[in-house]
Amino acid sequence: MKLLSFTALQIRRKILAREIRTSDLIKELYERINKVDPDVQSFLALNEKAAFDAAKEIDQKIANSVKVGLLAGIPIAIKDNICTEGIATTCASKILRNFIPPYDAFVIKRLKEEDAIIIGKTNLDEFAMGSSTENSSYKITRNPYNLNCVPGGSSGGSTAAVAADIAFMALGSETGGSIRQPAALCGVVGLKPTYGRVSRYGLIAFGSSLDQIGPVAKDVCDTALLLSVIAGKDKHDSTCADIGVPDYLKGIDGGVKGFRVGVPVEYFGKGLDDDVRTAVDKALKIYEKLGAKIVEVSLPHTEYAVAVYYIVANAEASSNLARFDGVRYGFRSNDVKGIDEMYCRSRSEGFGNEVKRRIMLGNYALSSGYYDAYYLKASKVRNLIKKDFDEVFKKIDCIICPTSPVPAFEIGERVNNPLEMYLSDIYTIPANLSGIPGISIPCGFSKKGLPIGLQILTNCFEEAKMLQIAYAFERETDFHLAKPKL
Amino acid sequence: MSINIKDIEYIASLSKFKLNDDEKMVFVGQLSEVLSYIEKLNKPDTENVMPLVHPLSMTNVFRDDKQEESISRENVQFIAPAVMGAFFKVPKVIE
Amino acid sequence: MDYEVVIGLETHAELSTITKLFCGCSTKFGAEPNTQVCPVCLGMPGVLPVVNKKAFEYALKAAIALNCTINRYTNFDRKSYYYPDLPKNYQISQNYYNLGIDGYMTIEVNNVIKKIRMHNVHLEEEAGKLIHPENAGADYSLVDFNRAGVPLLEIVSCPDMRNATEVESYMHALKKILLYTGISDCKMQEGSLRFEASISLRKIGEEKLGNRVEMKNLNSMKSVLKAIEYETSRQSELLDRGEKIERETRLWDEIRERSVRMRSKEEAQDYRYFPEPDLLPFVIDEKWICSIQETIPELPLERKQRFVETFQLSDYDAGLLIEDKILADFFEECLKEVNLPKVFCNWIINDLLREVKEKKLDITSLKIKPDQLASLVIMIDKGTISNTIAKEVFSEMIDTGKEPKAIVEEKKLVQISDEGQISEILDKVIASNPNAIEDYKKGKKNALAFLMGQVMKESKGKANPKVVNELLKSKLEG
Repeated sequence: MKLLSFTALQIRRKILAREIRTSDLIKELYERINKVDPDVQSFLALNEKAAFDAAKEIDQKIANSVKVGLLAGIPIAIKDNICTEGIATTCASKILRNFIPPYDAFVIKRLKEEDAIIIGKTNLDEFAMGSSTENSSYKITRNPYNLNCVPGGSSGGSTAAVAADIAFMALGSETGGSIRQPAALCGVVGLKPTYGRVSRYGLIAFGSSLDQIGPVAKDVCDTALLLSVIAGKDKHDSTCADIGVPDYLKGIDGGVKGFRVGVPVEYFGKGLDDDVRTAVDKALKIYEKLGAKIVEVSLPHTEYAVAVYYIVANAEASSNLARFDGVRYGFRSNDVKGIDEMYCRSRSEGFGNEVKRRIMLGNYALSSGYYDAYYLKASKVRNLIKKDFDEVFKKIDCIICPTSPVPAFEIGERVNNPLEMYLSDIYTIPANLSGIPGISIPCGFSKKGLPIGLQILTNCFEEAKMLQIAYAFERETDFHLAKPKL
Repeated sequence: MSINIKDIEYIASLSKFKLNDDEKMVFVGQLSEVLSYIEKLNKPDTENVMPLVHPLSMTNVFRDDKQEESISRENVQFIAPAVMGAFFKVPKVIE
Repeated sequence: MDYEVVIGLETHAELSTITKLFCGCSTKFGAEPNTQVCPVCLGMPGVLPVVNKKAFEYALKAAIALNCTINRYTNFDRKSYYYPDLPKNYQISQNYYNLGIDGYMTIEVNNVIKKIRMHNVHLEEEAGKLIHPENAGADYSLVDFNRAGVPLLEIVSCPDMRNATEVESYMHALKKILLYTGISDCKMQEGSLRFEASISLRKIGEEKLGNRVEMKNLNSMKSVLKAIEYETSRQSELLDRGEKIERETRLWDEIRERSVRMRSKEEAQDYRYFPEPDLLPFVIDEKWICSIQETIPELPLERKQRFVETFQLSDYDAGLLIEDKILADFFEECLKEVNLPKVFCNWIINDLLREVKEKKLDITSLKIKPDQLASLVIMIDKGTISNTIAKEVFSEMIDTGKEPKAIVEEKKLVQISDEGQISEILDKVIASNPNAIEDYKKGKKNALAFLMGQVMKESKGKANPKVVNELLKSKLEG
């Protein structure tokens, strides 16, 4: 039991020192999954046999003193919208129920190269469209801190699994905050890299100009380790930057003395929960104590971010999801006459309501006569939002603000009001629109005992600095050490 | 901006969805609400603003004209809903 | 009533790259169905496109050759429509910033040069192939994705053509440019070159264009011309009856030789174009344009004019030479050896083309080389071999690719001009043909021809005819 509460770096040390065997670790892990996951419901599929085989192989290597990878023996959970060769990848959608990809995503290749152990695929909102993981066609994942609450989303399965100590690390994906928001709600660390930092090859696309894969972990150092592995150039992704990847652990303990921390006024307005406000204010005090200078900044176009996001992300989604037509893979409705009926029935039966709603909104925004008013207009306002960040980053090192305006809400509370649900991503969406990286780290608990996340944003490709700033806080506090009672 | 049943029917046809009357009504309500929220985009002045399509400012990314291995037909058709011989099979398409 | 026909052409040409536009699959024609596919060109979930540089540069080359303005900033757009041969249900194409715009091409009709303007030239991906089973009652169609993702160049002309002759000339001229620049093999039977026409009519003298009909499914140049003829009479009949022409898309029925409605303007597809987020934009600078410009050879029409002016060839002969770049190149290579343009022109358009036709040879892989033909011509010029022998040698060169000298030596075909040697042969012939000598003396002129033939036969064709003729006359009369 104790073994599973270690961080990935701690467990790696033990594995390399031959204090524990990977296969024993995996065995213990699956035992806990069987015990805990019926409550949490974070996994859609387990990869038990392959995981044991991989563990044995690593044990063998270590026993024979063969060089092993950076993530040797570390059990990792994968959000189920990232393609894994030979393992079903469903996007939590009926339309991909039996879809077994014939190829590995770039990040999965990297994990395998570094000897990580893929333990299973985690739940998400269907096609990552949602902020609560309630929009899964298969199951509702629960917040390990309160099983009546949502874990956030869409990477809720990944963050819940890490929070519940049934995965040491996980991969999530973001389009509008889908790593940071659930990380905040589950009390773990979640990082969205700069757009172009991590290859999207093999990530089933939602909003192509916004999507990024990112790490979910128990603490900042584990996050840095996982990012070091998955970041970097991939020739199969034209939008993946050819910029060298530093060792994100190196210099992580550099502190924040003399750093200028920007606090955007727009992120502390109406709708911000009091408990969250208090926790974030306290965190800022700690930064000040550590030698950072807190300055007020303004990001005046913040109020348009959600509107821009719902045009751009859904326009791209409407086109990205057109390929699910029942021709080459995925679900095809039975007894259809003619090609058009096959398309319509397969898609109507295969997609859930939230996905349909977004596809329709996206198609509307791109349709003849509306392109200029919606898509083009939104793309222009998107530029204004980016320029806001460009402007403030000339004067400051980072932005610190809440990750989510509220802690975890109750299951069912927001499902019937799409707009209210969309607004829960208000603090995370601007980073996706402008491409900058962001991280959420635990910074406290609400009066009801639910985790609260602190968000740090930096300029593009400054993940190293961002992790350093996050680590400075984590070193001073022990919110990241808290464990839910399960 | 509000949309009506006819709009929903048109968008559903573009999206290849078959909706019943109840679903259409629900979507009319929900999409109207979202679209009226989106109307706030008319406020900021974008007169001289270029649209931002890519957050990255990179350009000219290419690959060389070099052949890579294709994947076997078995591996491709293994996950297909319907095949016939070497082909993918679909309901009759009439031009 | 008399109408003016207004025609514009949309041309699709598959580019001659080794691999597809966005993935490393082969573009080779004729493979087993669904064997040249990968997750990318099958539109699997999670895959991303990466642009083939060669394809991009070929498209750029075409745009430059067609005198287009190159958009210095260009990108790809997604064009959305559902069709089972289109794996992603959107085609990656160009709409907002086409690679080339506002170009033109010159065509020649009845010795008159005309400019046809180009609206735009852009790059896109090819769809797969849909097969409709022949058997009646089959309720299914079949899809082969081998072709999906092959780079496709689209060339959209302005409605500048006024009759089928101009259209024919345009199609040939465009095909020649694509072949000359080496960017497409233009094999219509394999579908690598395809045309679509938009046709409208207006009263003569009127400026406003009539509603246009888009004509699809034109599988050969012949069907393009037939469809134009058919549409012209169909539309003018309608107009004569006072009816209106609807803007619509029609399909050409090759068997029945008529067009049928596919969809009206109201049913026109809503393609929802938007910038392809998976591909970053392209910035094309002057340097790049220049370097591509350098790879464009002299284009057919200019070359023809140069041949006429510089080498005093007839318009017809020059036209035959430039019809195929390989022939024109062959011709100019020969001239580098020895400057006898008319002689080489005759050899190429008469003898070479005849051999190619008779022996069904592939002109792209001829065994005979230009310098070899030049050597042959020099040998004739020097009197080493006769014209008759030369034809025999040429045929052998076509078959084997051997040097003419080697063939001549091997077969001992060198012309005999030595008077002593010829005299010996003559004496022999005279001695064994007393009747012919008699006839000659009686004044029968054809007796000389007969004797000449005998000499040539005796010498196996090698005797120099001029020398034989002179010697024979002097012997008979002397």
